[in-house]
Amino acid sequence: MMKHVLALVVGVLVGALAVSALLVYNPLAGTRDLTPLSVSDQTLMQLNYSGVAEASIAYTNDGESTTRPHPAKVLQLWEGPVRRTDAMMTVLSDARGRNVGFGIKYMSDSEKTNIINGDAIVDSVWHIVLPGRGTLFVEQTENYWGFLRDVVLPAHLSAADSWKGNWSGNMTAGPGALGTARVIGGSGEFAERTAEAVESRTAKAYSTRQGAIALDGQIMIEMGEQALAADNDAP
Amino acid sequence: MFKTFIFGIVLGVVGTIVAVLFVPVVDQARENSVITVATNGGSAEAFYINIPTDRIVVGAPGDAPKLPSGLAWPDELSAASADMYKLRNVHNAVIGVASRVVLTDVEQGDVVEWVLHMPARGSLYIGMDVDNIEGGARLGTLHRGTREFSKTQGAFSERWVAADSDDEVNRGRIELVSRFVSIQQPASVTE
Repeated sequence: MMKHVLALVVGVLVGALAVSALLVYNPLAGTRDLTPLSVSDQTLMQLNYSGVAEASIAYTNDGESTTRPHPAKVLQLWEGPVRRTDAMMTVLSDARGRNVGFGIKYMSDSEKTNIINGDAIVDSVWHIVLPGRGTLFVEQTENYWGFLRDVVLPAHLSAADSWKGNWSGNMTAGPGALGTARVIGGSGEFAERTAEAVESRTAKAYSTRQGAIALDGQIMIEMGEQALAADNDAP
Repeated sequence: MFKTFIFGIVLGVVGTIVAVLFVPVVDQARENSVITVATNGGSAEAFYINIPTDRIVVGAPGDAPKLPSGLAWPDELSAASADMYKLRNVHNAVIGVASRVVLTDVEQGDVVEWVLHMPARGSLYIGMDVDNIEGGARLGTLHRGTREFSKTQGAFSERWVAADSDDEVNRGRIELVSRFVSIQQPASVTE
């Protein structure tokens, strides 16, 4: 009798592990490398930021996540309705590396997350402030599945509790029909203008104890001719 | 015993698939939305921010006070300031986070904007008038709403409400009131 119970338990574990492995390494749930903006003939505005919490102006979450709040004394989001939300205020630089403004990003785990489809969805918004130019708002759903599978999971499986390599991928998965983010201008040269955007990340080092160690983010916003003129006028 | 093992594998496969399909991975905690019907149609909802207990970040240029201690405001952003807060409903329960940005721009004019982010509901992007109206309030307009708010338009107001004298913790609170209508509804939303 005991042998049968043991065989059943081992069988259940083997079955569960097999399905889990199939879901994690599902070849159909890959990272999207190409976006509609890659072939756009419109002007693209590039904004870069560091995805490392310590490099931001401020970063907060529930205080129990891998990524630690910064600065250390920042108020944490421990209440139930905000516990699965991260908030970041960070400097934004342009393609030439000049600091041109800052952005505030809110990221909340989405109830649209679906493991079967390889969707680790985060609902996020950016409030982008570019002094001298104006303000923008970016609405997007991001899919972190590729990042979790290729960076975070290997770090957890590693004996050193860390991952090093070179990973890049597009995070934006919607809400635009072509998997792009929606952008609306709020003021200045962007006032009442709409556009599309894609956010991508490049990771080089990750630790299960500290979170991202070397991680850069990039927001590409498809702008019209008006923005092109402004970019060309910039010193 | 081998048949039991095979049965266990099938059970494990089916059980895992059922669990993945029917157990929610993310289940955001929700507070009841406290929404009232506005006089001229549409809905009104009030949000509050207790000062100073709900302040997460106070970022400002120069020697202006900053929060938390150790926060470094970049020199390049001398024309801007930004605050981040916890956002509460009328029952004083935290329901989200919010940020207020002020941009001082000589050429294009000053800018005051709010973003309210409620994880279980959606976000609001609001542009405010620079000048206060009588009574100290400031009015604004919804630029864009997401998810629950994606098909709404309307007006917004902010004002400072001083605390009762018996409140030993907070000096007061920022009161934010939205007056939204469905985009399909042609109604006045500024009253």
